[in-house]
Amino acid sequence: MDLHAVIESLPRYGEPLLVTIGVTVASAALALVLAFALGLMTGSRHLAVRTPARVFVEFFRGTSVVVQLFWFAFAMPVVLGIQFDYLIVAGVIALGLNYGAYSSEVVRGAIAAVPQGQLEASTALNLTPFQRMRLVVLPQAWPEMIPSLCAFAIMLLKASALVSVIGILDITWLAGLIGKQPGQDRLLHYGVVLVIYFVLAWLIWTGMRALERRAKRGLGVDAKPVKGRLDPAVAAGGVG
Amino acid sequence: MQTGWSNETVREIFPAMWDGFLVVLQVTLVAGIIAVVLGLFVAIGERGGPVWLRRPLSLAFQFIRNTPLLVQVLIVWTATSLYINPDWSAFAVGSAVLGVHYASYTSESFRAGIDAIPQGQWEAATALNLPTRRVWGAVVLPQMFRRSAAAVGNWIIAMFKEVPTLFVIGVMEMVAQARAFQGQHYTGAVEGYTIAGLLFLAASYPVAVAMRRLEIRFAKSNY
Amino acid sequence: MDKSFGALKVLDELSFRVDPGERVTLIGPSGSGKTTILRLLMTLEKVTPKADPERDGGVVWVEGQPYSHMEKRGRLVPANERWLRRRRSSVGMVFQQFNLFPNMRVLRNVTEAQVHVAGRSKEEAEAKARDLLELVGLSDKTDAYPSHLSGGQQQRVAIARALAMDPDILLLDEVTSALDPELVADVLAVLRDIADTTSITMLCVTHEMGFARDVSDRVMMFDSGRIVEQGPPEAMFSEPQEARTQDFLRAVLAE
Repeated sequence: MDLHAVIESLPRYGEPLLVTIGVTVASAALALVLAFALGLMTGSRHLAVRTPARVFVEFFRGTSVVVQLFWFAFAMPVVLGIQFDYLIVAGVIALGLNYGAYSSEVVRGAIAAVPQGQLEASTALNLTPFQRMRLVVLPQAWPEMIPSLCAFAIMLLKASALVSVIGILDITWLAGLIGKQPGQDRLLHYGVVLVIYFVLAWLIWTGMRALERRAKRGLGVDAKPVKGRLDPAVAAGGVG
Repeated sequence: MQTGWSNETVREIFPAMWDGFLVVLQVTLVAGIIAVVLGLFVAIGERGGPVWLRRPLSLAFQFIRNTPLLVQVLIVWTATSLYINPDWSAFAVGSAVLGVHYASYTSESFRAGIDAIPQGQWEAATALNLPTRRVWGAVVLPQMFRRSAAAVGNWIIAMFKEVPTLFVIGVMEMVAQARAFQGQHYTGAVEGYTIAGLLFLAASYPVAVAMRRLEIRFAKSNY
Repeated sequence: MDKSFGALKVLDELSFRVDPGERVTLIGPSGSGKTTILRLLMTLEKVTPKADPERDGGVVWVEGQPYSHMEKRGRLVPANERWLRRRRSSVGMVFQQFNLFPNMRVLRNVTEAQVHVAGRSKEEAEAKARDLLELVGLSDKTDAYPSHLSGGQQQRVAIARALAMDPDILLLDEVTSALDPELVADVLAVLRDIADTTSITMLCVTHEMGFARDVSDRVMMFDSGRIVEQGPPEAMFSEPQEARTQDFLRAVLAE
């Protein structure tokens, strides 16, 4: 019986599931750091700071994440004359850089949306530019970023399935592997994997909602129920 | 073992990459039409369809939106080739899956466009006793299109950049071409993937800039 | 203390001085440049540079020292950020839109700059903040977020926030214009109180003529970036000399 075979092989998903989660979390961390660095840079008044960041962002948003994945896994080692001991590193770098570039637009936009009056009040109180950013601007911009960053985190989770095609044993590849064995139904295994991804996406979304509620409370505002949860359409396309 | 960039290899691999690029454009065209048309119907269904349909429709597309395209491609390809008709081409199946996947995004943008229409418009249409068909055709959809055009356009650009995912089922787009070339010549990774990236950049950047212009223009116009 | 402005488009060859402790009210139709003056003094705007500030003017002086400019090799040059930060500490501002920090509770709005700019200890800053919040009548709101306060309460917190930095000069930019009419009185009462009990120099842009009459030592009438007329409030309000002042006062008082 197909279903039995699937259920019996479920424990084998344990380790690959950790790989999927690990790749997602590691690239999300890289992306977040990069998003803030690039977001601050692309919002800078100084052309010399803004331009390189802008070029970086447009480059990563303008090419394809699949191509970037292959480039980092198979072209970069050749160019730099290095060898990845773990191909997973290439995967994390590619996903992290790509989603970092996309998310930086969220960071830049949220910072730019902080009202001018807040900056003027900071000047009137003689805060330094650094203090102004740390004490006034970022605490106000952060809650605004959360829903869009959440949408990108879910996209990143989905994109993490792509690491299977450069030879990393995540749940997507495992489903294909087990599915080919005799007595197994490949469709059912892919179905299992889809459900796992959906649950993970739901977890990200729930976690982010809690985070957003907390952040909004830090502004004395009750978080509005978000209706169109994921609409990072504008950021997704390209030039934002 | 390859050591670096070779102009010789570029000359050899470029025709294949160009063929791959044309395939990407063809897939984008087919999948784009599916994404826009289906997305529109889903949005209308979620807002104006029969009540029993709205929730399941919304849930189904939420599921599609929150699971990886790659797995969806694999599952549909497996299903068609094993159980339905092994003669269906990877191009057709891949384009269809990609189009449906992105319909889950465009439908959200269309729906946001519908939701942004002021309540007064619906009330005015009711007050004039317009038939439902006219309410949607003459009042709601024209306003919705202006509001969602830029967002939908951006999803199509995003979709364009995800076409290479379809190499897993053998659609001969750029990544598949680069891999095939490497299989034959044991070189070309640097050149192939770099050319692929540059072609994507050259094609998507101008469109993205145009989308931003469109967005600004629609934002400025008053309705 | 001496202030002079160069030929800005909004401020046309403007030059005036304000004495320490003086209360000056700026009146005039909107767009006449009153707010721009306050913003220049708060360094939110820059004075249009002149080739030779020594001769052509265009320099703001505060307490006998250049403010918008700094001396460099014996010449006056536009001030850099460091100089501005040093000199700005003697000036405070209250805005039309309050501009409280929404991410901080009331108490922290008042202590933040004390701690991070003036370098006071947290205890010292909080003690001072509580005193000032009592002065503006908001002792019971120290733990509230600005979004939970009325406009009038927010504006009183903003006044406390500005005073906490011990400014010599306080700039008040239409501080009651964004308030509902019934909330205006509380804010003006606080400002009257401050005017009565301190010797802070105050420059005030307002449409509240009653307040201007009671509090100010001098009223300046602006139009198109120029001073049309100035004088003590009694004279200005009872016997304005210029036709434009008469028209303006008639229009404002008719409301």
